[in-house]
Amino acid sequence: MANSRNDILRALRAAHVPPKPLPDLPTSGVQYPDVHAQFAKSLSDVGGRCIFAGDGDIEIALSKLPEYASAIRVLSLVPGAKKANVNMAAIIDPTELADVDVCVLPGQLGVAENGAVWVVEDGFPFRAGWYLAQHMVLVLRADTIVHNMHEAYERISVGARGFSTFISGPSKTADIEQSLVIGAQGPRSCTALVV
Amino acid sequence: MNEGTTEHPENAAAFVANDARLKWHDQSLWFVREKRDRASSVIPEWESLRALGADIKAHTLSRLADYLEEFEKKATALGAHVHFARDAEEHNRIVHGLLRERNVTRVVKSKSMLTEQCGLNHHLEAHGIEVIDTDLGERIVQLRHEPPSHIVMPAIHLKKEEIGDLFHDTMGSASGISDPKVLTEVARGQLRGNLLAAQAGITGVNFAIAETGGFVVCTNEGNADLGTAIPPLHIASMGIEKVIPRAKDLGVFLRLLARSATGQPVTAYSSHFHGPRPGGELHIVIVDHGRSEILGREHYRRTLQCIRCGACMNTCPVYRRSGGHSYGVTVPGPLGAVLAPHIDPKKHRSLPFASTLCGSCSDVCPVQIDLHQQLLLWRGDLGRAELIPLRKRAASQLAGWVLARTWAYEFLGRIARWILPKLPKALLRANDWGRQRELPPAPKESFREMYRRRRGQ
Repeated sequence: MANSRNDILRALRAAHVPPKPLPDLPTSGVQYPDVHAQFAKSLSDVGGRCIFAGDGDIEIALSKLPEYASAIRVLSLVPGAKKANVNMAAIIDPTELADVDVCVLPGQLGVAENGAVWVVEDGFPFRAGWYLAQHMVLVLRADTIVHNMHEAYERISVGARGFSTFISGPSKTADIEQSLVIGAQGPRSCTALVV
Repeated sequence: MNEGTTEHPENAAAFVANDARLKWHDQSLWFVREKRDRASSVIPEWESLRALGADIKAHTLSRLADYLEEFEKKATALGAHVHFARDAEEHNRIVHGLLRERNVTRVVKSKSMLTEQCGLNHHLEAHGIEVIDTDLGERIVQLRHEPPSHIVMPAIHLKKEEIGDLFHDTMGSASGISDPKVLTEVARGQLRGNLLAAQAGITGVNFAIAETGGFVVCTNEGNADLGTAIPPLHIASMGIEKVIPRAKDLGVFLRLLARSATGQPVTAYSSHFHGPRPGGELHIVIVDHGRSEILGREHYRRTLQCIRCGACMNTCPVYRRSGGHSYGVTVPGPLGAVLAPHIDPKKHRSLPFASTLCGSCSDVCPVQIDLHQQLLLWRGDLGRAELIPLRKRAASQLAGWVLARTWAYEFLGRIARWILPKLPKALLRANDWGRQRELPPAPKESFREMYRRRRGQ
């Protein structure tokens, strides 16, 4: 195998591709007059939902969500979700998360151009929770919402965690005749709760 | 089919014969192309973003060995194991070895054209390992025992009624169901069961970051994430060209990828993997499989800039009207038609001719690959290598001779305008593309004659 590695690298160097400069990147791109309104619109366009809770109680905002109101098993890593009843510390195997109805997790940053929320696996050893729960609520601060992906990458540190991801709306597919269906293998809904 | 060759027009014959289905396929893909247009037009800097994507990729290709070494070093430092494979066979051997050593018998796989190209599923199944494709489109074609017909929408060639019948036969759903919502729900139940029971997860790689040693996988279903969050072993297969220099370059490529592919602003999940999950193992297999040879070919190396969005397929008038399976290769459409002849020019000699050279593929390409130029280059190279059929070669030579001589062109044009209305329709049947077509009406005068007459007035 060491030979394959060296063979491949040698072949690539032997290709003698003339040097090309690495371009500088824009630190900015498309800008919106109202970055919060655009974030909410982008998220709704991809089948998600954005709720501005203001300075209000998280539980009050959550209780207005039908899937939260009817949830039996709720996992939350965000303080203030009173219905949370799944004890993370007691979970041994990620498959135990398969019957969680709603997962409430913190988001680090939001992106207006595509409704994506950046999440990292801090304090959450089972990344499966983002995907196995039937419904997903991401809680993020209003002042973290940026216009576009260039600004987002300026602010995040992607290599700092083993796993991190941009989540833009619920799990979906259009693999059957291009009909958009929400809820493929992952969460059937994705709500961004902006505080 | 000719011995040892894949003839696109012959393969497309059955697809083309079903007129209603052809029109439906054409419109399905055009619908996606229009979504791409809308998604890109709302980004004022779209064209400069394309140029930036192209420049970053061109730079990376000029220092590919350095960036792969840097990626390997950083990924290893994060606790991942990095393997190199010269070809498909070595890739499959490495993956199977990793699974065998851990007694894995049930694997879930998210979409990866590289593993498809390597024939990984068949290899593992031959060794008694069950492989479940977890992307819905891929699962559908896997259950039908056929290859994907598109790299982003693997089951775009199938009708919902056919998928309903398939699910009835293979998953025991009620017969006669064709509602995509209901069918997706049936698959959801099955696939979540497969994901929860998996012992290992295999994914592709959309972008590998030299600076950090991590990589990004983009899906809409979240299946790559589920498939790697549950089982303890994650194997990621990537082509050598997937590496990019810096993490912030992702800002460019994630903006380009989904908008070009499906017209979405970004995929639902863009997951960044840096090292194995707690208590788990991560293996990255870096595969050459002919790519370093393409890098050595000056005029063709730009095809390695490709980020696999599929936009060139969605816009291609030939792909839309002949279906992905007619290309006989894992990657169909304009991109496949320029990649396949590198692997076997004789076998895939007809593919560069499966194009109108309209240039639409180059216009939509998010990293500005000159696809229609590459198709034209291949035609010349295949002709010079005498790999195209004698009839086509003779016709090209004759056309070349005529087009170089104004008098011959004018003379033959006059003859054609006179004789065309008198020709029997049967003559068209001698040509693969002519079979479904009518002879064009002959104009009374040529443009040149019309120009002379008007100027003389």
